[in-house]
Amino acid sequence: MMKSLLAIFLAAILTENYILNKFLGICPFLGVSKKLDTATGMSIAVTVVMVISTAATWPIYTYVLVPLNLAYLQTIVFILIIAALVQFIETVLKKYIPALYNALGIYLPLITTNCAVLGVTMLVIEKGQADPSFGFIQSLVNAFGSGIGFLVAMVLFAGVRERIENNDVPKCLQGLPITLVAASLTAVSFLGFQGIVDKMLG
Amino acid sequence: MMNEILIPILIVAGIGLLCGLILAFASIVMAVPKDEKAETIRELLPGANCGACGFSGCDGYAKALATGESKPGLCPVGGAAVAKSISAYLGCDSGEMEVKVATVHCLGSYDNTSNKAEYEGIETCAGAAAVAGGPASCQYGCIGLGDCVRACQYNAVSVCNGVARIEPTRCKACSMCIKACPKHLISFIPAKKQAVVRCTNCDKGAQTNKVCKIGCIGCMKCEKTCTHDAIHVKNFIAEVDPQKCTGCGECVDVCPRHCITLFDSNL
Repeated sequence: MMKSLLAIFLAAILTENYILNKFLGICPFLGVSKKLDTATGMSIAVTVVMVISTAATWPIYTYVLVPLNLAYLQTIVFILIIAALVQFIETVLKKYIPALYNALGIYLPLITTNCAVLGVTMLVIEKGQADPSFGFIQSLVNAFGSGIGFLVAMVLFAGVRERIENNDVPKCLQGLPITLVAASLTAVSFLGFQGIVDKMLG
Repeated sequence: MMNEILIPILIVAGIGLLCGLILAFASIVMAVPKDEKAETIRELLPGANCGACGFSGCDGYAKALATGESKPGLCPVGGAAVAKSISAYLGCDSGEMEVKVATVHCLGSYDNTSNKAEYEGIETCAGAAAVAGGPASCQYGCIGLGDCVRACQYNAVSVCNGVARIEPTRCKACSMCIKACPKHLISFIPAKKQAVVRCTNCDKGAQTNKVCKIGCIGCMKCEKTCTHDAIHVKNFIAEVDPQKCTGCGECVDVCPRHCITLFDSNL
């Protein structure tokens, strides 16, 4: 059991990285990765929202939508729940952890429209349909791993971008073009992890 | 048939209602009391959100004032009156406040300069300046498409005969026009009687003479005439030190190019 959970966790970070492998959540990846501290803050917020929204959407899908034959409403219901959740988390943070609220600032409401969060909640359900042993716990671990994968990609790329800042980039490539080139190279490097988790854990 | 439509509607509406209720409940239970001090100070500030105080806007400045991070008197738009009311509210010293006004350092009207090219692009100075430095013959001079006019919230700037002009009595020193001018022709001067050089052309005299009838050629006549050591020619352009200038007008009389004018904000 533990071994399979670890495999799910590692796979979510390395081989199924949401940014570098599934190309979801590219907007914060390019927008917020300029500085290391904001990148870390954003990623932690995304991780928290991913886990909580998976914990909320999975039971609703399994125990409300499926019995009523309403699985096709998945997208719209999930968006609704995620939006409300983010708003709720914002209210809670504002009241109890104002320091974190100020540090996250505009990023927290932006997560509402982050496709990586919606992607995680929908893909764990797809996985559950393909493999019946992939239940609620596995979904949560997968969501947590996806968030950590998001963090890894953001932090790595923040480092890459800081290196780019200090270099002499040709004028035609300055700004977004060189960032996109760097992003694609980082993504290609992550393809190298393909199969590593299965080999490692049998 | 109806059920197939009704049930999904009810389910989604129910989830939405539930989420809404939870959020409404949470916002009441976990309401954060607003900083009343900052709110009151925000009411006292003019609300121009120009950023001239160095903060992101009036809200940022009000917050800094409420926490004691900043002092009253940084708001040029509100001026002394606002500084006084805020310091009265906070119970601290308002401090000295220098009154400044923005002024345009160019007199290159259509009569004095010519156009080296016809510009038919978008009607902004920034756009025109991007095309080979703008259509005016003088590369330092006013383009006259009115970026500063649009930037001003107080109707203090007008473009007259191809050159911008700022009405000193209306100017609130918010620095929006200074930021808008692509030629950096506008700057702050103290609101007192003084001589102002209305030119920024720092080319050599002969070159300036070719492009503008009224541009400063750096002849040094003003510098030699001034008895207060207030005007100096640097880089072929005269510069007035407003601290030393008494507004006697001797340099104005002696300038062969008539590009020095006597400024008086009370006029």
